[in-house]
Order: sequence, then C-alpha cells, then structure tokens
Amino acid sequence: MKNICLYFQLHQPVKLRRYRFFDIGNDHYYYDDYANESNINKLAHTCYLPANKVIAELIKKYKGKFQVAFSISGTMIDQLKIYAPEVIDSFKALAATKNVEFIAETSAHSLASVRNIDEFKRQISHQVKTIEDTFGQVPVVFRNTELIYSDGIGEVVAQMGFKAMLSEGAKQTLGWKSANYMYCNSIEPRMKVLVRNYHMSDDIALRFSNQSWSEWPLTAQKFKSWADGIGGNEELVNLFMNYETFGAVHSQESGILEFLRALPEVFLTDENYAFVTPSKAAQKLQSVSALHVSGTTSWVDEERDLTAWLGNEMQNEAVDKLYALAPLMERCTDEQLIKDWQYLQASDHFYYMGTKFFANGANRAYTSPYPTPYEAFINYMNVLSDFAERLKKAVPSGNSEVEALKEQNSQLQSQVSNLEKQLVKAGVEPKPTTRRRTTTAKSAEGKTTTTKKTTTRKKKNEE
Amino acid sequence: MKVLMYGWEFPPHISGGLGTACYGITRGMATIPDLDVLFVVPKAFGDEDTSKVQGIIGANDISIYNKKIRYSHMSKQLDYIEVDSKLVPYVDPDDYYKLRSLNVGDGYKYFQTDEKGRFHFSGGYGATLLEEIRNYAVVGNIIAQENSFDIIHAHDWLTYPAGIAAKEASGKPLVIHVHATDFDRSGGSVNPVVYDIEKRGMEAADKIIAVSNLTRNTVIEKYGIPADKVVTVYNAVDPIKSEFNHFSPKGIDEKIVTFLGRITMQKGPEYFIEAAYKVLQKMDNVRFVMAGSGDMMEKMVRRAASLKIMDKFSFTGFLRGQDVYSMLRMSDLYVMPSVSEPFGISPLEAMQSNVPVLISYQSGVAEILTYAIKTDFWDIDAMADAMYGVLNYPSLGKMFAKYGKEEVDSLKWENSAKQIKKVYDSVL
Repeated sequence: MKNICLYFQLHQPVKLRRYRFFDIGNDHYYYDDYANESNINKLAHTCYLPANKVIAELIKKYKGKFQVAFSISGTMIDQLKIYAPEVIDSFKALAATKNVEFIAETSAHSLASVRNIDEFKRQISHQVKTIEDTFGQVPVVFRNTELIYSDGIGEVVAQMGFKAMLSEGAKQTLGWKSANYMYCNSIEPRMKVLVRNYHMSDDIALRFSNQSWSEWPLTAQKFKSWADGIGGNEELVNLFMNYETFGAVHSQESGILEFLRALPEVFLTDENYAFVTPSKAAQKLQSVSALHVSGTTSWVDEERDLTAWLGNEMQNEAVDKLYALAPLMERCTDEQLIKDWQYLQASDHFYYMGTKFFANGANRAYTSPYPTPYEAFINYMNVLSDFAERLKKAVPSGNSEVEALKEQNSQLQSQVSNLEKQLVKAGVEPKPTTRRRTTTAKSAEGKTTTTKKTTTRKKKNEE
Repeated sequence: MKVLMYGWEFPPHISGGLGTACYGITRGMATIPDLDVLFVVPKAFGDEDTSKVQGIIGANDISIYNKKIRYSHMSKQLDYIEVDSKLVPYVDPDDYYKLRSLNVGDGYKYFQTDEKGRFHFSGGYGATLLEEIRNYAVVGNIIAQENSFDIIHAHDWLTYPAGIAAKEASGKPLVIHVHATDFDRSGGSVNPVVYDIEKRGMEAADKIIAVSNLTRNTVIEKYGIPADKVVTVYNAVDPIKSEFNHFSPKGIDEKIVTFLGRITMQKGPEYFIEAAYKVLQKMDNVRFVMAGSGDMMEKMVRRAASLKIMDKFSFTGFLRGQDVYSMLRMSDLYVMPSVSEPFGISPLEAMQSNVPVLISYQSGVAEILTYAIKTDFWDIDAMADAMYGVLNYPSLGKMFAKYGKEEVDSLKWENSAKQIKKVYDSVL
C-alpha cells in the first residue's frame, strides 16, 4: 500500500516600495500597495480560486478518499484578508469538508529558526492561533519556512508538541536512503519527519509545462506509472509544492488543473494507493529510522541549503541586523511596529539579495521586484534603518537588565521597610538599620543575598 | 576676440565635473567685453533636433547646423553648435572605406565636402568612444573652416583631436584645457591610446591650462611638456541656483557624514568606508551616506555589508538637482577622499551649503582651500580622527562651515575667465 501525501504551500511577501534614503525618518510606510494588491489578485484568479474549486469537486466526488494539506503563512493570510477575502472563504469551505488539513509554519515566513529560537517559537504559536481562528483547526504538523530543517530545529518543534514535521529529501541527508518512508527526528524520536520526494514533486511543480522536457506532456497515467515503479515496501510518496504550481507557474492552458483532476482517478482506481494528509500519515505509518540532519536543509535551489537567503555578506548583514532588534521587539507593544516586524522578516527579502545567479538565476529574476540584488539590499537596509529608529523611540533605551534589577531592588527595599514597620508595631526595635541599608544599596546585583540576609534577620528579630 | 571652444558635454546633459566646469567658464567669459564663445559639443539631446536632422540627412550625409540659445542671465549670446555624430542611418561601403582610410591621427588633411558644405560622415557607425572622438575631429575641422574666430580652446582629451584639426584647418593658436589626465582616471595604469591622444594634444597646443598645480605637475612630468607652456587656472563654483529651495527634511536624529560623487577608483570610496568603520567603533549617533553610482558601487555595498555597518551606512544611488542640495543640507560633514582629483568642484558646493569638508591632499582643490580639513587619501586613521572631531566637537565644524562659506563665495568664474583671457592674450 502506498500513501500519496499532497501538501501545498501558500505564501507571498508584502513587497517593499522603493524606499529612498530621504524617506528615512520622514515616511514610515514601507509597502508597495499597488504591487501587492495586483499580485494577490492575479494569483487568486489564475490559481487559488480555480484550484480550490477543483479540489472541492474532487473531495465531493471521492467522499473522503481524496485528502490534501495546506499551509498558508500569516503574512499571506493578512494579504488575502485585505485583497482577496473570497480566497479565505473558499479555504474555509474546504476546511469544513474535514478532508483538508492545515499545517503550521512560521507566521512571518521567516528565517527565525536559524537566527532566534524564541522568535521562532513565538511565531509558531501565533500562526497556530491564526489557523485556529481562521479555519477552526488546531495544526498538529509543522513545516518550517521553505522546508528548512535540521535536527535541532526538529527538536524545538517536537518540544512544542507537534506530531510531525516536513522536510526536504535532500541528497546530502538521505544518501542511499529512500524518501518514501516515514522517518523520525533523531533527538526527539516521538516526532515523525515526512521527507519530500523531490523528483516527483518537481516533475509537477517545475517541469510540468516544460515542452523541452523529454517526458512532456506529463499525464496522470504516466505519473502513476512512475509511482508504480517505486519499490514494493516503500509506503509514502510526499508531493510537496507551492500552490502557485496550479495556474501561475504553469498556466491553466498547460492542462495543470486537468492533471490535478485526473490524479485521484488514476490512483484511487488502484487498491494499492490511498491519499493521506501529513497528520494521517504520521498516525498510520511507523518510522523506519531516525533522520540525521546535522547541517540545515531546505527545498530551494540545487544545493537545498540556506545559501539562497544567507549565501553572501549582504544577506548575512541584513538578517543579522534585523534579528539584532529582537531584544527590543520583545518589549515593544506598538501594533504597527509588530506588524512591520513580521513583514520585514519574510525570507523573500533576503532571497532577492542573492547573488547565486547561475543555477536558478532566471527564476530569481522572475520573482524579484528589483533589477539587481544590490538594489534589493540597499532598499531593505533603508527600510530597516527607519524601522530601527522608530523602534528605539517606541521602546525606552538603556540597559534593560540593569533597570530591571534596580526595580527589583527597590521593591525589596520597600518590602523590608514594610516588615520593619510591622516589627515596630509589634514592639520590637530593629537594631542594625543603617548598616543593612548600605549593604542593600551597594549590592544591586546581589539581590538574592540581600533577601536571604533580610529573612534571616527577620527570623532573629522574631525570636 | 572670438573663441572656438570644443567641449564634450554641456548642461543639463552632464555626467561629471567637466560639463559643469565648461559651463562655468563660458558664463565667466560672458562677463568679459569683446569675448565671444562658439561652443561645440558632439551630442545633440533635444528632441526637435532629431526630426530636423533626419529631414536634412537624405541618404548618407549629415549637416552641421547652427543654433542660437539665449541665456537670459548672460549679457551676450553664446553660439552653440550641435554636431550629432550618432544619426547616420546608413553609409555606403565605398564612402565608409574612404573615411576609414583617412589618417586621422595626422590631422585630417583629406576629406570630401559637397558644394553646400555638407560632408560624408560615418560617426554613428562605430559605437566606440574612440571612433566618436575621431569623427568629432573630422567635424571639428569643418567647423573651423566655416567659422571665423581668433583662438581655439579644447576641453579634455576627448576634444584634443578636434582642437588639433581646427588648428590645422585655420592656423589659429590652440589652447587646451586639462581637466583631468588618464593618470587620474586610471590610478596610474594609463591606457596607451588615451595617453597618446593626450600627449599629441599637449604637444600641438600653444598653451596648456591645468586646473591645479597637481595637474600641472602631471602634465609636465608625465607628458614631458615644458613647464613654461603650462599655466594653472583654478576652477570656481556657481552660486546655488535659487530654484533649489525645497529640501527634503532631515528625518534622522543621527549626524550625517556624506560621500557624494561617482563611486569609482579615482574617488577613493573604499577609504571612506574604512574610515567610517573606525568611527563607528567609537560612536553610535552617526550615519554615513554614499551618494552616487559607479563601477565600484557593488563592491562597496559588499564591503560595507561584510564590515557589518550597514545599519549605519546608506547608499542613495545617483542623485541629481534638488536631491544633491537636500543631501548636502542634511550633512554634518562632507568627505572627498579622492585618490587623484585634478580639481574637484563638489567640495565647493558642499561649502556653499555650510557643510564642513574633509578632502584629500591628492585633490587640486586642496591647493586653494584654507578652511577645509585635509588628509592623505590612504590615511584612514587621520580621516577617522577628523570625522570624529568634527562630529563631537561642534565648534570645529561651525568654524569650518562659517569661514569655508566665506572662502568659497570668493571663488568666482569671472576670475577664472580673466585668467584664461590672459592665456589667450599671451598666444595671440
């Protein structure tokens, strides 16, 4: 029995407008509303709505036997709510069929997992809540931004209670192993890891409409014959791709929606196949082994690593300077700043700064709103400079730790004086007042010792 | 006295200091009685010209035509000739061969014109600059024959062949004006073709004007020109145009240190970044701005990123007009760390905007400025030191801004023009 696991990703960044040096400090609006609106509207009408319609029909037709999973980034949900709320409604309708699973990711589609684990966790919790509020499901499976995965990230995700996580079937981690089994995290074996079959996923996602591909045209029957060719014991075929595959990457004229429509027909007429969602797969299948991923993998570019976002000094600088603001953000309560913080974290901004022109350069040139990676970097840093200034103004500066300790100290002192008053009332004279006060004032950081002293002294006095 | 002046660019279509300087010189000359300037540039930009030219060209010839532009602020007219060398749609192979076989280096002795004064011209055929320079020289010769004048004045190496051609055609004395040499532009590894053109120009000239003693020394030492043939005439600066009166507000609390110019090796942008890095180790409340574009920009972006100072370092891209003055007004210090700058008008513009300036000793303008901080371009420690000083001890910056403004206001193109007139008188 082979299980087909279909999972689709939806994310679009909030694109930045051309933000000039002269705007820093003068204009705090960073987004290109026109580009964002037209982008979302175009995708909604060429891809999301027609593809959702096909999936809704298939679910109705196969009565529970056809199931798919989606993840929609928080940034994307925000944009859909503003520009194309009908897409949200159509996903709600899909959620109501109970045959569609929504899985969690980072709300900002960020690189927080490789830079700031606290922020990473916070974004996951935020996204879980958004999914629950919007679609009425509590996600139990997690996928990280661009399928970024390592043992350590898996461990964090497992500790947050997720039952399974998705990852890329990168050659450097799988080696001789097959992607078509269930694996588990090597540190937290309770959490299962689904590994993307990138050959078969990319046959659909990348190559479907490529007329110079030797296998063109790809039909559902042909695709099934490839699945038939997978070894008999292998039990899981993970087809993970961007949802834009259906109508945007491959236009509707290429027949991609007909292909999607035909998939359950050819697979479900064969008893050997079933469709599963990631959480069902995790329930149904036992892991055959732990997956060891000591480096970090992703589903992008030939290298399947982080170099698409952190490959050159500009990208590293931008990401480092962004996450250097995280401690200040923790104390920030301004809603607009929190929104901006989310939108500025989208991995896409760093992708545009990439200088790996040769492998996927054409793709990058197609998706990037900037003529060169340098302009992408300069524009982003201008925005970030303004954001940092606003944040510093909104959050009182100064060494937070020292201030917190000072506050603690003053609280302790007032406690002490309260107790002293009580003692006076009770008729006991507190003798070493002056001496103790000086020690308390001196040891601002030694709060524990001060507290101990006071308590012991109190006891003595009571005696 | 009538001057036939060859330039390469003229406002508003300028890419660097040369056009600005030429414009200033002609403006200055307009104040001198009995001094007329006939200014020639190779490229026509006006849209109306294209239609006219195409109407005249016919099959494969182009005509030179004169056009008069009235500058309201000038006391006299400036004859302004446009020679469009890019508008030849087709040249028949025979004519092309004839033109190509001309020995242009020797002064264009052979060329054909028809009875109306039009001539066969292959200018647009080659896209290279050198070819355009040659074609410009061909036209330069024609213009010299068709106009009466007393002296020829050619600005920079691009126009030297045209100047030589004009001298050969007319027998009038030639003055060449060295705004820069290839030693400045290349950082020492000169292009032999360019050097050759420059040297021929200098040798053919009756007098050479250099924009600074720095440049004068280069001409004497590197090109082997007798010292008494080379005269230094400093540039000046135009008062800020009153139309630039709307400035972007400074939205940043930080102090701003500005590099404004082409981001090329000659301008020393990397020293600015290294000095910025040093300053940022000592103070926080400062932002460094690199305004401009150029072939080293991408390298500089990467350098600033790898030094991890990009939260305090901004690139603006190329600025023009209003934005230049907005940028200057925001600045607390202007830095020009040029490796080799024959003159350098832009620090003067900064001083006009009451901004203290830090310039390198390797810039010609350093010879005439007293109220400017000067360091060697390579001495990033001294540069960082000076930056820190101006930013942290306000009285220093105020002093430089105040006296610098007075100093720069005394530099006038009229004075430069008078000195140029003296050079003319010496060869007539």
